[in-house]
Formats: sequence, C-alpha cells, structure tokens
Amino acid sequence: MAVLELTNISKHFGAIQAVNDVSFTLEAGQVVGLMGDNGAGKSTLVKMIAGNFRPSHGTMHMDGKDLILHKPVEARQHGIEIVHQDLALCNNLTAAANVYLGRELRRGVGPFRILDYAAMYKRAGQIFAELKSETRPRDLVKQMSGGQRQAVAIARTMLSQAKIVLMDEPTAAISVRQVAEVLNLIRHLRDQGIAVVLISHRMPDVFDVADRVIVMRRGRKVADKAIASSSPEEVTGLITGAIEQVS
Amino acid sequence: MAVTLDQTIAQKQHTFMSRLFATQTFWVVIAVILACLFLSFATDSFATPKNLYNITRNVTFVAIIALGMTFVIITGGIDLSVGSVLCLCSMILAVTMHAGYSIEIGIAAAVATALIIGAFNGILIAYLGFPPFVVTLGMLSVARSLAMVASNNTVVFQFGPDHDKLLALGGGAWVFGIANPVLYMILLALITGFILRWTKFGRHIFAIGGNEHAATLTGVPVRQIKVAVYMISALSAGLAGIIQTGWLGAVTTNLGNGMELQVIAATVIGGANLAGGVGTAFGAIVGAALIEVIRNSLGLLGINAFWQGTFIGGAILLAVLFDRIRNFRRSD
Repeated sequence: MAVLELTNISKHFGAIQAVNDVSFTLEAGQVVGLMGDNGAGKSTLVKMIAGNFRPSHGTMHMDGKDLILHKPVEARQHGIEIVHQDLALCNNLTAAANVYLGRELRRGVGPFRILDYAAMYKRAGQIFAELKSETRPRDLVKQMSGGQRQAVAIARTMLSQAKIVLMDEPTAAISVRQVAEVLNLIRHLRDQGIAVVLISHRMPDVFDVADRVIVMRRGRKVADKAIASSSPEEVTGLITGAIEQVS
Repeated sequence: MAVTLDQTIAQKQHTFMSRLFATQTFWVVIAVILACLFLSFATDSFATPKNLYNITRNVTFVAIIALGMTFVIITGGIDLSVGSVLCLCSMILAVTMHAGYSIEIGIAAAVATALIIGAFNGILIAYLGFPPFVVTLGMLSVARSLAMVASNNTVVFQFGPDHDKLLALGGGAWVFGIANPVLYMILLALITGFILRWTKFGRHIFAIGGNEHAATLTGVPVRQIKVAVYMISALSAGLAGIIQTGWLGAVTTNLGNGMELQVIAATVIGGANLAGGVGTAFGAIVGAALIEVIRNSLGLLGINAFWQGTFIGGAILLAVLFDRIRNFRRSD
C-alpha cells in the first residue's frame, strides 16, 4: 500500500503557480528521484510534504488517512523527516548533540531533568553503526568530512520510526568518494522500508540509487516512471522540455 | 583488531589533559596564578588577608554580570546595557527603600525592573529582528537616564527602616569570613555552569550560537530562548546592582559607568567567542579575576593608574591571540 498519496496538489503564491495539479504515490522501501530544473516546483512540492507550506488545492493521504500539516513539527510526528540541503548542523556541537538537537533525551523527575549524555551517545553510536558510517558520537561536527556530516543529518531521521525521508540535494557539495557514501546511506534507509524522496540535479546519482523517477517542469509532473524503463537522455529531454511528456 | 561499538561510542577526540591544554581558560588560570605568585614575592602588601579580601570582593560585581553575559555571548549576541541596568536597578532599590518600604519590596522592585528591561531587549532582538548591538546600545542610554529620573540625580545613602539589613547583605561576611558577594558569585557560577552543561535550555543556547538557522529547522524555540538570555543578562546586572548597593552603602547615577566593557572583556578573556557558540561559567569568573589582579597589582607595584587600560587591553588581545594561534595550527 502507498505510504503517501498526493492527489491533484496545487500551490500558488499570489499569481505564481508553483505547483500545478500534481499527483503521485510513495511506496515503502522505494527511492524516488525527484528531478527538474530550478523553479520547476520540486522544493515547493517537498515543502508541502514537510509541512512548511499548505497546498492551495488537492489532498494528501498517509496510510489511507487524510494528512493535513500546519507546521514542520506535525510532519515529524507523522513520521516524515527531512534532510535539509545545508544539513542544518551546528559545528560547535558533537555529532550526538546534533543528532538529538531539538529532541534531547533527559533523565530525572518533573522539573529536575538533566540531559542524558550517556543514552544519547549510545543511541547515536548505534545509529552510525547501522549506517556503516565511521562517524563517532563524541566528535565535533566542525572537524568532519562532507560524508560524515551527511551521516549526522541522516542519523536524525532514524531517531524515530520514520516512514518517509525527504532529501534535498544531499550530494550537491561533496567529493566523489563521499557521494558513494551518501548513496549507500540512502540504500540503507530503503532497506529498512522507508520511502525516500531524493531531490537532485545529478543524473548519475538518481540513476544509481532510485527505483523511480519523477520529473517536474514548470510546476507540472511530466514523467513518473521506473528507472529501468527510462534513460538519462530521456530525463534530460523531459527536464529541458525537448520531450513534452511521457506517461 | 576489530573495534567494537562500545569502543567507538566511548572514543573521545582528546585525552583529558590535551583538552585542558587546548582551552583558553586554562592558560588564563595559569596567568592568574603566576601573577599572584609573582606579586606575593614582589610586594609585601599583596598576600595580606585584607588585600585578598578586597580583590575577591571587587571581582564579584564584574564576574556576576559576566556570568549573565556569557549566556548572551554564547548565542552570538551582545548586551551593552548591563552597566546602566546595574545603575537603574540599584537606584530603584535605593529609592524604594528610602521611601520607607521593606528590603523585600525593594529587591522585588529591582529584580522586576531588570526582568522587564531584559524582556524588552530580547523581544526587540528576537521578534523584531533588531541587531543586539543597537538595541542594547539604546538601552545603555535609556536605563542610565531613567536612573537619573528616579533619583533626580541625587546620591541616595539612607535606605529607610531596613537600612542595616541591606548593608549586611552586601557588606557582611557570614561564612568563614568570606565576603558575602563572593558567596553569591560562587553560587551563581555553579547555577550557570549547571544550566549550560546539563539542561536542554543550555544545549539550545549553544545550538543557536553555532547555527541559528539549523536550530530553527530542528524545532528549537529560538525566539523564546533569545528573550530568555537577555532577561538573564539583565537579571545578573540587577543582582550585581543590589549587592553592590549593600556593599557601597550609597548609590550615585554613575554607578556601573563603563562596566559593560569590563564585563565583555572578562567574558572574552575567559574564553567566550563573540561570534557565538563558545563560553563557560568558569571562564567568566577567571576572566574577571585576571582583570582585577591586573588592576590591583598595578596599584601595589606603584605603576601610574593611567596605565591600567593598556594592561587590560593587552590582556584581552593576548588571550584571544592564544586562541588564534591554536586555530592557525589546526588549519595547517
């Protein structure tokens, strides 16, 4: 069954139609590459799923139930996690502190509750091990490589039982070796039955890791097909508009 | 040899000693100790109980405010209004008690004044997006002027029925002959250290200083916390004002004039970074101590007091220089 189902979603800002009548479904354990040129509506679409914007028209269903989000926190409560393009990390804090930022573990009773460092180090360490990342929970993020930083941001999504992980350009600004590391992290999320949406400009990454590709152009969905039955040339044509639409 | 998960989790980047040597605070502590040792041998008057009593007590007023300032500086902000807030709170306390009210009401009025000013600063900064420098610069002017209005620019030295209680509060030495202000300072330092290290609030303060945008995205209540830190800073100035009133036994409208710069200097010498994200309670105290030892020693060594500013300024630059040298080495 579909984890998330978008039906006829539109979003306009004043006279600007950012997203126009888009429908698609996300399946558990599937990686969907979301592609399109700048201004095609990818980010707006993802921000609606993440609770930053509310759709002007259309409905979202999660596990068959209506999904209405007012704030990003509500999306998180529903098991929708986002990895921001800039990763949203604090350099002056440790990896574990970053993983738990905003939802720190505490121990104690009533108002006398203190941070539970031991538990946070332990759980963060386990998540990094699960992700097969060399990141150590006590290291400062300041001294980390791009791939390790990416692992910290992704580890956040694994604190709770996430159903959907939205990743905004995770491979945009890192080295080739680190890209491979990040793609492995994405496969790992998929293997756990999480639906992953990968927003990317990088064709090789999408064709490497995604099961399906959705192409947006000028706010409309112009393609939604299995990676196996598509090709980079076709997707490029769809992005630029050389190919009008494929079903 | 395979590395187990527990080893990875327990892996620390540095040993205790290497981490200690890497902190600016540590070197400032060494500087304070060396200065004290030198002065004990070089002069007869330094290591006397009376002089040490004076030094410890003088440190406290700057140190208490530096504790509050540490919160603000960790978030990447600055509070220039603390000297004037100290003066205003002292004056509110003095005027209230002079009018015949009890010490409890006087202190409550002073604390309330501090919190209102802090909240005002914080709301302008957090919700309306004013730069902290500008808001608190304005408040520096406003608060001192209000102190003049409240007292009609006179010196208040009679504090009504509870006069003696107030003087005992600030000037007494209730435990082992340690001046009361020093006890307050130690207590407040412990509270500050606890908040910064062990509470969610403290963690979020560091997060805001490290990357405010990230803190917002991860659901940290950035605005509320910013208001809170400016309230804490103003409160620390208010408390220092109350204690100082009791110690001096009189309040004038130049009380705390220029104190904001000493406080910021103490915080920075102690290792806080004005760019945000770094700072400790212990550092604030040590920084204040170094400044006071420099001031005291110049007097004892018979060096013209006009040189004071040069030495304190030199200490600020030297302390930050250590930090820069470490960073250069790291970036190599």
